[in-house]
Amino acid sequence: MFDIDLWREIFQSINKNRTRSLLSGFTVAFAILLFAILFGLANGLNNTFAEAFKDDAINNIVIWPGETTKAYKGLQAGRRIQFKNEDQEFIKKEFGDKVQFMTSRVMKNVTASFRNEKDDYTIRAIQPDNIYIEQNKVKEGRYINQLDNDNKTKVVIIGRLVEENLFSKTTAIGKYLNLSGIQYKVVGVYTDDGGDDEENMLYIPLSTAQQVYGNNDYIDMMYMTYNPEMDYNQAISFGNVLKRKLKERFSIARDDQRAIRVQNNAEGAKAVNLMSFGLGIIILVIGFGTLIAGIVGISNIMIFIVKERTKEIGIRKALGASPRSIVSIILIESILITAIAGYVGLLVGVGVLDLATPSLEAYFIKDPGVSNTLVIGATLTLVLAGTIAGYLPAKKASKIKPIIALRND
Amino acid sequence: MLKIEELHKSYPIGNSSLHVLKGINLSVESGEMVAIMGSSGSGKSTLLNIIGMLDNYDEGKYILDDVPIKDLTEKKAAIYRNKFLGFIFQSFNLINYKNAVENVALPLYYQGLKRKERIEKAMFHLGKVGLKEWATHLPSELSGGQKQRVAIARALAANPKLLLADEPTGALDTKTSYEIMEFIQKLNDEGKTILMVTHEEDIANMCKRIVRLKDGIILEDTFVEQVRASQYV
Repeated sequence: MFDIDLWREIFQSINKNRTRSLLSGFTVAFAILLFAILFGLANGLNNTFAEAFKDDAINNIVIWPGETTKAYKGLQAGRRIQFKNEDQEFIKKEFGDKVQFMTSRVMKNVTASFRNEKDDYTIRAIQPDNIYIEQNKVKEGRYINQLDNDNKTKVVIIGRLVEENLFSKTTAIGKYLNLSGIQYKVVGVYTDDGGDDEENMLYIPLSTAQQVYGNNDYIDMMYMTYNPEMDYNQAISFGNVLKRKLKERFSIARDDQRAIRVQNNAEGAKAVNLMSFGLGIIILVIGFGTLIAGIVGISNIMIFIVKERTKEIGIRKALGASPRSIVSIILIESILITAIAGYVGLLVGVGVLDLATPSLEAYFIKDPGVSNTLVIGATLTLVLAGTIAGYLPAKKASKIKPIIALRND
Repeated sequence: MLKIEELHKSYPIGNSSLHVLKGINLSVESGEMVAIMGSSGSGKSTLLNIIGMLDNYDEGKYILDDVPIKDLTEKKAAIYRNKFLGFIFQSFNLINYKNAVENVALPLYYQGLKRKERIEKAMFHLGKVGLKEWATHLPSELSGGQKQRVAIARALAANPKLLLADEPTGALDTKTSYEIMEFIQKLNDEGKTILMVTHEEDIANMCKRIVRLKDGIILEDTFVEQVRASQYV
């Protein structure tokens, strides 16, 4: 039921008591504003953490060989460890579905030239799974595929910045790029969120590199991602077992730390995850803190408003106002003010965050922001709190004997 | 019209209680104009508040227009107040953010009248107290006498059976007091029943009956020759 007269009474009361209305509105707006800004900043900090691990897949494991430092099983210290294709096969066979994606890699420094443009670059010779491990995105053309590896084709995929550097005047796809004297056909351009270095790379098929640069089956490093269904502890122990098995395979002393290195992102991720969790708790505390401050504020104001209006309530009751009409006039007024002020606080808070975003990036706060659902939820909480906080004194006021309310003081 | 028998009322003060009304018997007929007098603490205001259903009582009987008034719920009291009673207070008790006509229209709002009807009726009553051209002024822009006239118009707006006035001239100078009294007498001439509390002899003498209270009982209840306020104005 829409009672136009009730609303007219409420709007008159708000309009004629502007200071009171503005003051209570300000409290709510400020609480929501603080809520949005603090929450947004904390979210921004969290985004920065997430961003720091954006380069590669978070479940990466990298294996690279070195030299032994201890004599073992009759073998001298100082022996170089060399991985070959069969070592990758061994890992795949040994660990099966614990490995999600895997690529071996050969690195080579070359001078790349196209027409008059010339620059030094690093080649990474890889297998198709590399796209998932490096989290590359194909911008144009295609990525290195299995057929390239089977046929040892001379094709190259170039980073976005390589394209900008060497192919500023024409399109790269289909052109032949000279890499230290050997012609490779450009079949794709990729992008990577991991920074400029990652977009300054050249990718060619692993088998091509093995044939062209040594005619062997040597590999420099192995990259893999572990099955993401494993939790951090399982993944860490997987990494440890992997390291032990490889040491056995190459007859390396167990306590030799330099012969084979395994870098497992699960270890870092576990720490970051703990940090994120801590940050999440801080965010929660901040959020609840501001909300509670807002609730206390609006409660105080409601109690004050009811007290201030006691005489008016007495007059209205003497003139025949029912307790219900007293409660509803006070409550609807407070709900209206809280809701509008909350909305204003939301708009201002989100606006401030938007304006401040560019200048905040220097302080490790990226894309600060809060979801609208969250802020609207906070506003509703305040409205509810205001309603409850207003209801009790309003109910009490509606029961005051008019004679007490009308007493001169 | 109004019948009170053996009415008792006491207020708790700390652990003890103050016995304010100690068995009041009073009956008022339609069309009367009664002054309730007494020194402060005699219980006169308490009696008026009980009659006005602004306060409740402990013992006795109170019948208003054949309706027994006892242990009313807030809701019922609100309805009865709206239907039976009009109030005039010493401090006017206008709502300060509402203008004159809106103040007068307020009891009509609680009667559930439509806005247009309310304003029409309120303007009529404002006209009766001679303040039609002040309709859109806020109470703060009115003199004491004008405020009391707005309050009288408001009390009349709901067409009550009984008009209750608590020291209606208490906050006004003598000249304005007589103007207000002249007005109240005119209402009585038209048939309204009026009950007022006052401690001023000259004001009381402008009523038709004086009830003197002392220490919670009726000391004296006499009909008097009414002094017309118009002769002083």
